[in-house]
Amino acid sequence: MATPAIDGWFTTGEQPSLLGTRCVTCGCVYFPKQDDYCRNPGCDGSEFVEHALSRTGTVWSYTDAQYQPPPPYQPPPGDYRSFGLAAVELPEGITVLGQLADGYGVDDVHVGSPVELVVETLYVDDEGPRTIWRWKPTDLDGGTR
Amino acid sequence: MSDVAVLGVGMHPWGKWGDSFVKYGVAAARAALADADVPWTDVDLVVGGETVRNGYGGYVAGSTFASALGWNGARIATSYAACATGAQALDVARAKILAGQSEVALVVGADTTPKGFLAPNAGERWDDPDWLRFRLLGMTNPAYFALYARRRIDLYGATPEDFARVKVKNARHGLSNPNARYRKEVAVADVLGSPVVADPLHLLDICATSDGGAAVLLTSVDYARRRGLTDPVRVRAISTVTPTFPQTVIDMPLFSTDHAGVVPAGERTFKESLAHAAYEEAGLAPEDVDVAEVYDLSTALELDWMEDLGLCDRGTAEELLRAGETTIGGRIPVNPSGGLACFGEAVPAQALAQVCELTWQLRGQATGRQVEGARVGITANQGLFGHGSSVILSR
Repeated sequence: MATPAIDGWFTTGEQPSLLGTRCVTCGCVYFPKQDDYCRNPGCDGSEFVEHALSRTGTVWSYTDAQYQPPPPYQPPPGDYRSFGLAAVELPEGITVLGQLADGYGVDDVHVGSPVELVVETLYVDDEGPRTIWRWKPTDLDGGTR
Repeated sequence: MSDVAVLGVGMHPWGKWGDSFVKYGVAAARAALADADVPWTDVDLVVGGETVRNGYGGYVAGSTFASALGWNGARIATSYAACATGAQALDVARAKILAGQSEVALVVGADTTPKGFLAPNAGERWDDPDWLRFRLLGMTNPAYFALYARRRIDLYGATPEDFARVKVKNARHGLSNPNARYRKEVAVADVLGSPVVADPLHLLDICATSDGGAAVLLTSVDYARRRGLTDPVRVRAISTVTPTFPQTVIDMPLFSTDHAGVVPAGERTFKESLAHAAYEEAGLAPEDVDVAEVYDLSTALELDWMEDLGLCDRGTAEELLRAGETTIGGRIPVNPSGGLACFGEAVPAQALAQVCELTWQLRGQATGRQVEGARVGITANQGLFGHGSSVILSR
């Protein structure tokens, strides 16, 4: 059975989303989760609720990893294959990094391309596949440079 | 009077020597003392730039260097601020001098670095973003640089050839710099022919990691005068401001920006604010700057910095570059030392190396790479976790 590579950072259903927190006092959203103190300098809040981030956004910028990253990166089985990376601006005003979905690369996006969140296998260990969130381009025509 | 004097500067050449960082630091310190013609016994404060990859001696760098030079009873301090370590160490020294608690302060940074990508120290650390970004995303430092580079292409029409031109320029600048690690002409085709590491950046667009050491001897202006120096290079500003919330540019090694939905983003980005604070402190403006040493971790980042420092309008750095204005002899030479392109990064020494170069430039001693008549110089760098610096020196 597939399990997330890290607990509590994202949901894994049909419509997966990233899980952050929201400060009950001022409303600032945090990803990864912030549970103990609010980093808004004008807020001394210390109470947070879980907050699901928008599942869709637009690409702020993008690249790829053509060399295998060093540990603690865990390569998937088989020969190394480069993967895409994108920083994605979500409508609520937060930009979140992620790999691009399997099969997509830098030629499939540009600054401003729409993407949606998917969950895919990152690597496989003794317990089975470990999953991670990724950004999947949804307007491939717009991705032509 | 809020100036302090740069009496001496010194470096141990950058390279991949494989020796102890202490050896480089001591060599740089002795070079700075000799440059100033000040005896070690006169130094009353040693500030070390911490290195996090060299064990306990690296954590207590101030003590390590003071001990290696021979305990002389000086006060010591150690600073760590990622890539801005050297500037923060300099700031500590300056504060003690201006407070009247030190007259002669020696600031030293040195590093011995591993090969390849800078990666986190070993061990599982599920609460450390710097560990997690490798584990969960495979997000290396060059990947962050590539995000910024790609924006220049998509937003301003920059090309990989432009980025290569930065390398070509810096390689030429560094040719005769005795402290540079790489002293070889590079052609645009060499850069474009090197493997892509993180699209659009090629191997030769990205700076290496190096061993090296740099030291700066700071003194009160009074002390300098007593030694007969009436017109020393002066430190006019050391800016080490933090970002302001919400930080809206994705920053190494983080997974996300701050949320800008509640508190509106400020008027300046973090990097812009580093320079702005330096200009304010010095009472100077970008138009006053004759030479700049900026942190070209990648070629494209040099172009970003030119705009962050106000040397040109946003989106126009490529025009200056193509016109040769950032080459020595142009309107505003950038990285006459050869920059990180020729040095590679030795983290705790790098911000000090920038100050060494500007000091030589302002004294007219930068043989083979002199920016003629330079009176005002500015440095800039940015590191992990809200660290960054901008130093202004003038003659």
